[in-house]
Order: sequence, then C-alpha cells, then structure tokens
Amino acid sequence: MGRKNWLIMLGAAIFIGVFPWLVMPFKAVSHYVDVMVFAGIFSLVCIGLSLLMGYAGQISLAQAAFFGIGAYTSGILTSKFGVNPWLAMGGGTVVCATVAWVVGVPSLRLKGHYLAMATLGFGVIVNIIFAEEVNWTGGPSGMIDIPYLRMFGRKITSDLAWYYLVWGIVFLVLIFCFHVLHSRVGRALRAIHEDERAAESVGVPTAGFKVRVFMLSAVLASIAGSLYTHYVTCLNPSSFNLMWSIRFVLMVMVGGMQSLWGALVGTVLMTFVGNEWLQVFAELEILAYGAILLVVALFLPGGIVSIGGFRRKRRQSALEGAGT
Amino acid sequence: MGTDFLQYVISGITIGAIYAMVAIGYNIIYSVTEIINFAQGEFVMLGGLFAVFFAGTLHLPLYLAFICAVAVAGCIGLAMDRFIIGRARESSVLSLIIITIAVSILLKGSAMLGWGKDPYSLPAFSSGGPIMVAGAAIQPQALWIIGICALVVISLTLFFRKSVYGQAMLACANNPQAARLVGIPVRYMVFLSFILSAAIGAAAGVIITPVSMMEYERGALLGLKGFGAAALGGLGQFFGALVAGLILGLAESFCAGYLSSGYKDAVALVLLLMVLFLKPEGLFGNREAARLKKF
Amino acid sequence: MKSAKNLIGLTVLGLLITAAVLFWSKGEGIAAEKEPYKIGAVFSITGGASLLGEPEKKTAEMIRDEINKQGGIDGHPLELIIYDDETDPTKCNLAVKKLIKKDEVPVIIGPSTSGTSLAVVGVAEEAQVPLVSCAASYKIVTPVETHKWIFKVAGSDSHVVGKMFDYMKSKKVSKIGIMTVSDGFGASGREELVRLAPEYGITIVADERYGPQDTDLSAQLTKIRSAQPDAVVNWSTGPTQVLAVKNWRDLGMDKIPLYQSHGFGNLKNLELAGKAAEGVILPLARVNVGNLLPDDQPQKKVIMEYTKSYDERYKEPVSSFGGHAWDSMHIAIAALKAVGPDPAKIRDHIENTKDFVGQHGIFKMSPQDHNGLSKDDLEMVVVKDGKWALAK
Repeated sequence: MGRKNWLIMLGAAIFIGVFPWLVMPFKAVSHYVDVMVFAGIFSLVCIGLSLLMGYAGQISLAQAAFFGIGAYTSGILTSKFGVNPWLAMGGGTVVCATVAWVVGVPSLRLKGHYLAMATLGFGVIVNIIFAEEVNWTGGPSGMIDIPYLRMFGRKITSDLAWYYLVWGIVFLVLIFCFHVLHSRVGRALRAIHEDERAAESVGVPTAGFKVRVFMLSAVLASIAGSLYTHYVTCLNPSSFNLMWSIRFVLMVMVGGMQSLWGALVGTVLMTFVGNEWLQVFAELEILAYGAILLVVALFLPGGIVSIGGFRRKRRQSALEGAGT
Repeated sequence: MGTDFLQYVISGITIGAIYAMVAIGYNIIYSVTEIINFAQGEFVMLGGLFAVFFAGTLHLPLYLAFICAVAVAGCIGLAMDRFIIGRARESSVLSLIIITIAVSILLKGSAMLGWGKDPYSLPAFSSGGPIMVAGAAIQPQALWIIGICALVVISLTLFFRKSVYGQAMLACANNPQAARLVGIPVRYMVFLSFILSAAIGAAAGVIITPVSMMEYERGALLGLKGFGAAALGGLGQFFGALVAGLILGLAESFCAGYLSSGYKDAVALVLLLMVLFLKPEGLFGNREAARLKKF
Repeated sequence: MKSAKNLIGLTVLGLLITAAVLFWSKGEGIAAEKEPYKIGAVFSITGGASLLGEPEKKTAEMIRDEINKQGGIDGHPLELIIYDDETDPTKCNLAVKKLIKKDEVPVIIGPSTSGTSLAVVGVAEEAQVPLVSCAASYKIVTPVETHKWIFKVAGSDSHVVGKMFDYMKSKKVSKIGIMTVSDGFGASGREELVRLAPEYGITIVADERYGPQDTDLSAQLTKIRSAQPDAVVNWSTGPTQVLAVKNWRDLGMDKIPLYQSHGFGNLKNLELAGKAAEGVILPLARVNVGNLLPDDQPQKKVIMEYTKSYDERYKEPVSSFGGHAWDSMHIAIAALKAVGPDPAKIRDHIENTKDFVGQHGIFKMSPQDHNGLSKDDLEMVVVKDGKWALAK
C-alpha cells in the first residue's frame, strides 16, 4: 500500500474520528451522525463493488441481493436460532461467498450488458425469495425481534457507538483491500482490466481471479448487511431491491470507480444527497436526483475524485476500457 | 381443466405481446447504437398517460389520442437522443447505463408531477363484453393488443429487410465509419432509431392501459420484463424478441396458474439466467455476430 | 452624476427604513406569539405507497392550517414538520431520527405503511418519543410491554377480517379463495385471513399472490375459480384492486361474489372500475361512508366536516388513509393541548385516550391496547350504482 494512500487514510481517519464532535453541538446537523452510520454501512458494499467495477472491470447489479442475503442470514440465525450475532455475521459471509461462487462462475464468462443482465436477474430473484418465504423472512410485512449487537457484554444501542463500530470496520476493510490491490492479485486484476485476452495469454487465470473478486465483493456486502440488521433491528425486502443495487452502482460511479477512495466519497455524498440535502426540493426531489446523476455521468465520467486531476492519467486510460 | 389451460394461454399471450413490444424498443436502439436504453419502460408509461391526457382531458377520439400519444413519446425519444445521449456517444458502457437510468428517473419524476400518483384508465378500443371460447374469456382488447403487436413486428421486419432506410440503419450499427463513407447520414439514423423505439414503447403503453390501467411507477417493471425478453431472444433480433416475449408471458401465466403465483416474476428471470448461462447470445442470436459486437 | 448620488442616498434610506420596520415588526411578533408546538410526521409521499402518503400529507397540512387559523393550540401556533420516506425503511428510519434529534419534536405521526413503521419502532422506543403510526399491522403495537411509546390509529387487519367473516357467515359462505398482493399490506391481510378462517369455520380453498405492479390477474382468478369457492377475497391497495374487479367481471365470475379489503375504500377506485365494480362487497371504516350514516351516529359530525373541508380544499374525495392522518393529528393535538410539549406526558395522555371520536371509529386506548379500535368500528358496504351502500 503506497505512501500516498497511507496519508489519505490518516487524513480520512482523523476526519471520521472528529466528525461527530463537529456536528453534535449543532442541533440542525446533529443527526448527521445517523446518516454517517448508514453511509458507513453502504461504504462496505461500495468498496467491494468498486473492486469489481473499477479494478476488475465487471459490473454487478446484484449487490443489494448480497447485502440482503447477509442481512437475512444474520436476522434468521439470531432471532430464530439464538446464535451469537458475531457468529451469525460470519455465517452470512460464508453463505454469501458460496452463493457468489455458484452465480459468479457462469455469470463472469459474460461481458458488459449480458453480465449486467445476469446479475440483475439474480438480484431480482433473490428479492422475490425474501418476499415470498414468509415463514423464514417475515415476508413483505417485515422481520422483527432481531436482537441488538453486543460487544464486551454490553448492548450497542447508542448512535455514537454504532458510528465508531461501523467506521472502524470500514477502515479495516480498506486497509485489507489496499493490501490485496498491491499484491500479485491486484496486478493481475489490472492486467485483466487493461486487456483480458493479453492477460490470459501470459498465463493469468482470469476467470478464477474475477470470480474471487466477485466473492470478495459479496462477502463485504454481507458484512454490511449483518451490521444493517442489528442497527435497524427490522428487515424488509424493499431495503434490498433492484433500486438499491442501482443506487450502489451510482454511489461508486459518482465518487469515481478507479480508486477505493472514490467509492468512499461517492457513498458518503450520495447518502447525504439522497436522505438529506434534496429534501428541500420536496416533490421535486426525484427530478433533482436524476439531474445530478445525469450531470455527473455526462460531465464527470471519472467521478468526484477526478476533479482535482488526481491520478488522472491512469484513471482515464482505465475508464476507456471500462466495461468492455 | 381445459378451460383453465386455455385461459392461461390467452392471458399469457396478451401480456407476452406487450413484453415483445417493449423488447423490440430495446432492440431498435441497440441495433443502431449498441446502447441499452434503460429508460425504455418509461416510454410505455408515458404512452399510456399521454393517451389518458388526450382522450380524457382533451376529449379527443380514441384513435387520435393513440396517434398523438405515440407522436409525443416519439418527440421525447428524439429529445432524449438530441440533448442527452448524443453528447455521450463516446462514453463507456457504464456511463451510458447510468445516463439512461438518470433519464428514466427524470421521466418518471416528471410524470409523477404531471399526473399525480393515481392510476388512470382508458376505455377499451372496441365495446362489448368478453368473447367466450370453450369457457375461456377473451377480452376484445386482448385481440387488439395481439393484432397491433403482430403489425409492429411485421412492418419492422419489412422495414429493416427491404427498405433503404432500414438497411442504412443496420449499416450504422455494423460499422458507423464505413456507413458514413458510403454517404449514410449516421446521425439521422440514430435519431430515427430513438423515435421509433420510443413510439413503439408508447404504443404498447396505450394498448394495455384499458386492460391494466397506468400510473407513473409502472414503467420500471415493464421495462425489466421487456429487457428480459430482448435478452432471451438475442439482442437486436426482432423475431427473437417476439417469440421470447410470448415465451415469457406464457411462462409467467402457467407458473401463476399451476405452480406458485408469488414466484411468477421469478420464473421469467430464471429462464433468462438459464439462457444467458447456456447460450449467452440469446435463443435466436448468432454467436459469431455477438462476438463482433463491442459489448 | 448628482442624480446618481441622490439615487444611492434614497436607496440606502429605503433599505434602512425597511430594516427598521422588519426589526420592529419581528420584535412585536415574538412578543405576541407563544412558542410554537411541533408535531413531526413521516409519510410515504412518493414510492410504492404514495397513494397512502399523499392524502395523509394533505390531511395533516389541512388540519395544521385550520388549527392555526383558529389561533393555534391555546395560542401556540402549530408547526408541522413532514418528511417523505419514499416508502423505504432505511429512509424512514433516518427521517424519524432527524425528527427526534434535529427538530426535537415531542410527538410523531406516521409512518404510512407497516413495513416502514416496524423499521422505526425501535428508534422511537429508544428515544422515548411517542409515535402514532398510520399503518395496520398488529406487530407495530404488540407486545405492549416493549412498545410502550408506540400507538397506531389504523384498525388491525384482524378487525377487518373478523367483520368480513361475520358477514360471510350470515351469507352462508364456507369456502373462499383468497388473492393477496405481495407487499406489506397484502401480506398482513393474508396472515390474518389464514389465521382467523378456522375460528369462523371458513375453509380457504385457494391462496394466490401477485405483485403490486402486475398487469393481469386472470391467471390467479382462473385458478381460484377452478377451486369452486363460495366467494373470492382480494387484499391489496392501488391499481391491482381495480384490476381484480375488472378481471373478475371479464372472466364471468359474477356468481362468485368478490370481497375486497378496506383498501378499496376510495371513490377513485369506483370511477376506475366503472360498471365492473357493481356488487363488490367490502368492510369499510365509516369515514368513507359518512353520508350513509344515520344522524344520531356519533361519528357522523366529524366525518361530514372532514369530508366537506377536504373536498373544498383539494377537490377530491376523502380516502381512508387521509382519515388515519386526521385521527393521528387530532390525537396528538389533543395531547399537546392537555399536557404541552412533553413527550412522556403526551405518551401517558394518548394511552388514556377514551371515547375519542375520530374518522375511523371511537378510540378507547388503554395500557393493554395501543390501538383502541374494534371490528364494530367498521361497516359492511356494497357497491351499488357506482356508489357505496350499506350491505344488509
């Protein structure tokens, strides 16, 4: 992991660390801590998606499904079988990784639109299962009675505790992902992204790498889902539908998919835009949301992090190959 | 038993015809520009709601309302390409997916502001009760739907196979540079594809509104099913889209009737996944041609 | 040059005077007005349940204006803060937290649907702010021990189903086919239909489901028809319930009466379904049938007033969902009037609400019952000549 990334990470960590103390004294923005908890949870999903989209060049419209599989696995294990929440979270990742492997092996042979379609179809099917298996998931009216998360024998209920827990996990995951990217795996991924056939011809097992990244992104989404479960303590299929899969892709796009920081920036920004800043538009909110997307996609294809010209060249070259 | 079967077939074919028309909308734009227009479903919704506006609010006769609604949707399709997609022709596939999603959000939002959130209905194209065939009921409107769908497929096939314009449009898809060199105005062909696709989507919207009503949120799901049909039949294949649309409609109807009505929507998608995994170019797509495509 | 100077001078003077007037008038305003009382509201104004949230928002805003026109609550102007949750549990969760932290409201009304309500029960409970939900699921308020701060003004689905089954028994209906939409509304209705049927000696011979945006229900109805029930029950909101009526009529199933849920209780549905809706039977809250009630019915007065002013202001008929907002708004206002903006006192006051005459019934809340309605607050209604009529 490069020196520049360490510096950015340090800066980001300090910012995240002091953020609650900056906003809490002011009533008008005190609830920003809650928004940031959700932003942190979504960040986990988006970091995984960014690895898949930006580094491996594959699109997935099924992230909300993995998010949901993690969430429902946690919910069912803890509320119906009394499993320890942390163990259940581990269970969720195992289930997600398995499902991702089963779906990923045939899907990732597909490209571009076809891959988008396959993942989209899978995501919608999973959502229908959430809604239909009423005995297990509570169906569309929701799953309730999910226990709170416990740490050191204490229930985690306060928003501040959640904030630091979630963001602590986000930073651990970031460090892990940067390590992956700077290892042999990362170099292989970049090679796949630049030119898959060339990579294959020099002996990179492209299919295997793509499936592994897909599984990693599913595992991250699953952890996010488990956290969501215990934070909200109620699950509803509509939190994991196609619209959310699209939203996750948008968060990564808006931030800039060629760097993990882009995913982070995009997620935080879009969570605030979607839940906070557009509310002044009331009924017009949906139009404002659409307009923002359009402007970013048209004029800022590299996302927010490309504004400063930061690593522009590499990203530009990578973008041209994106999705092919 | 036989009556039920017949009834499932009838409702499957009716809804399948709608899926086929939406799928054809995707195909036209895809054939010419290799773009998947995720806003396609919204044109179906707009077609229905504009027809309601012309027939209900302006009291135009139904056939005029139909034509006006299709024309307005065509103009919106043109505007979409002229002002938005046209500026992003060089973008990556991902950016284009996002752009068309953004357009669909804008169209849906505008419809919500314009028509509110209530569903609207239109009178059926021809009056009279359902026609009973061996105990199964066929609504006259279902015949209209099937008829109009057939008409669209036949005329489009003729257009692309026989007419100069159709050939020119396909040439743009295969190789825009070469098309330009032989004097085909590529830009206009792209405009034409957007107009045609929006108009066909809108026509589908008008003809189902008397049966199933229409409200601002309906576009996304119809778009998704149509997309499924387009992929199932092979992107760019008109005949394939028709057959795939009917297969989807029938599969859904039989699933609801004989298996589980809750999993009806999943059946279509499982079918889609199986085709993608086993024969990614679609039931009627050409493997060689699919490989040549950019995406 | 000179004129320019004059112009500047005049402008400056004008600005000074305006500022002075504003300052003065503002000062007087504070002196004359008491501190506003806040009510927080979360409704599904857009998204899947927008048909519920829209009339709820309109009703709440109308009541706010009425109260403020009458001089507020004991002189305190009423401030209503409405957020749209877009029918999304996550957004709803955030919206309620925002109401509690940023706006510091002492009482919250909404959310509109069972799914979104369940996603915020924990938040309100943790923050100890009373929440009056407009959704139906019994899970929202039970068990009362862990739902101390949560109330709901919508009758439970068990009341609706109970009323419907009572009527069916009187009509000698013993076999029914049910069809429900797969969203929170339909799922909750289905649970109660299946749970209560044996108690009333009714057998469910077909149990079909469909999506909220389906365009054709003939397959489901055909399947039900082949099971030969004495009646069909459809349970949904939005366009699918009109679709059910149309398909039922088109399939020539007139001999098997169609029962709808209370979600059908909106005159717009009758307009859309037209002649096909003749003979459809449903249990309805009295808010939808105010003009059919006898004059000595205690709810008649408030219902007619609400119907009239809503119609005047928005030029559209009232719906049962708007009625929920009316009930929750007035319960909150009554509590504010009695005890002021103190969440704990408001909670206690709402819990002791007795004989509150609302749109959906006469509420009798208690520490054991945070809803306060029963199946007697409903009427069986049949569609006759494109209008509601009381069913006999």
